[in-house]
Amino acid sequence: MADFISGFWNMYVMVIVALSLLFCVFVLVSNMTKRESGPVELHGHVWDETLAEYNNPLPRWWMYLFWITIAFAVVYLSIYPGFGKTNQDRGEHAQYEAEMKAANEKYGPIFAKYRGMDLAAVAADPEAKAMGQRMFLTYCAQCHGSAAQGAKGFPNLTDEEWQWGGEPETIKTTILGGRIAMMPPFGPSLGGEGVKDVANYVRSLSGLAHDSLRAQRGAELFQQNCVACHGADAKGGPAMGAPNLTNKIWLYGSSEATIIETITNGRNNRMPQFGEFLGEDKVHLLAAYVVGLSKK
Amino acid sequence: MKHEKIESNVFLLIVLTLLTVSVGGLLEIVPLFFQHSTTSPVDYKGNQLNVKPYDPVRLVGRDIYIREGCYNCHSQMIRPFRAETERYGHYSVAGEYIYDHPFQWGSKRTGPDLARVGGRYSDEWHRVHLLNPRDVVPESNMPAFPWLNRPAKGDDIQDRMRALNKVGLHKYSDEEIAAAPEALKGKTELDAVIAYLQGMGLALQNVK
Repeated sequence: MADFISGFWNMYVMVIVALSLLFCVFVLVSNMTKRESGPVELHGHVWDETLAEYNNPLPRWWMYLFWITIAFAVVYLSIYPGFGKTNQDRGEHAQYEAEMKAANEKYGPIFAKYRGMDLAAVAADPEAKAMGQRMFLTYCAQCHGSAAQGAKGFPNLTDEEWQWGGEPETIKTTILGGRIAMMPPFGPSLGGEGVKDVANYVRSLSGLAHDSLRAQRGAELFQQNCVACHGADAKGGPAMGAPNLTNKIWLYGSSEATIIETITNGRNNRMPQFGEFLGEDKVHLLAAYVVGLSKK
Repeated sequence: MKHEKIESNVFLLIVLTLLTVSVGGLLEIVPLFFQHSTTSPVDYKGNQLNVKPYDPVRLVGRDIYIREGCYNCHSQMIRPFRAETERYGHYSVAGEYIYDHPFQWGSKRTGPDLARVGGRYSDEWHRVHLLNPRDVVPESNMPAFPWLNRPAKGDDIQDRMRALNKVGLHKYSDEEIAAAPEALKGKTELDAVIAYLQGMGLALQNVK
């Protein structure tokens, strides 16, 4: 972008550009010969005993092509950057700014209209839904899936469980600022048997097959270790991002082995923040789209 | 200057040929060595960018990125078009690449551009996704890299850092070079690649 360390380099570019153009002109002019009447002379060289070459002038159409390239260079350099510091206002950055400005003028009012509306109202709007879906597929589907169905470790957005709260405004806050979820490891403090007991208790909460003796012992351990986040009723709490353990929705899986793994090693997870990257206008539409997907 | 004269004088032909083919390089390559925006961590407006040489773990991750041929399908260059910046973030500027030696711009996008992938996904997502992309993105056609879950080899990391000090703008201090093997202890190749990916493009990450 022509931010040279010294002015010399601008001159350097301009001089070489000008000299090469002039040199091309000189070569062309000095080869503009006309065909004389009479027999055409031969060049002096002969190959393979008889193969000689006529000394015809260069084809005129071919010469004209060179003149056209020179004219093109002059016109181009008088419009676009390339000749020292000229025409920087038509460079790539300026073109990009212009493209963005035009897009903002076109789409800005649409975003502004929805921005002024309540999230529930936006969620019910079919145009907003189509916009939200396109953005969801671009920015969110990699983790949450193209149908928002989620995957192991990545929440399903179409069910009724909301780790951080399912209110429309809360969903918007989650997208804007991201979330960091951390379940500490309990392996060291509970020991292998203790973890297994708690796992059986946790499975019993949602009516899964379990060892009732272990579940009984696990209940006690649960009350001592887990209620701070998951609550005494194990229904979780959006303030800590602690999931409800009494429904049939599992972020990492419900098998005994998986629950033991979760309790033993803990879980670290995060939702990246999108506020600064996408801006609030888009997040508003995305949040509304997610609200529309949810069963709650 | 008649072409007979050039064609019948080998020396003149050589000189003029060299001159002709070098004009492009003289005009388009040489001046780049003398611009602030291509030789220092600044954007094209002269604003300072937070670009640092890769730490040892990222350096190893970058070498694995090259070894696995990630550049065959992923570019690291966001062009200044709205269609790209909407999806990937601010377009790439030259100053961001001054410690990329060699740069990984790539020329083909079978997968998405990665120039600003840092922070866009969680470490866990990258872990699952690199081991088997279909686990998180069922539609994905990216190959799986299950063998990355093995210890990262870093026995030549100090030589690599010294080499970058010689050929690049890097200025790794003796302490940094001495501490490098320690930093790599216990890291898997997966850790290194993820560290590399998570550091990518942060300089202009949240700027539009």
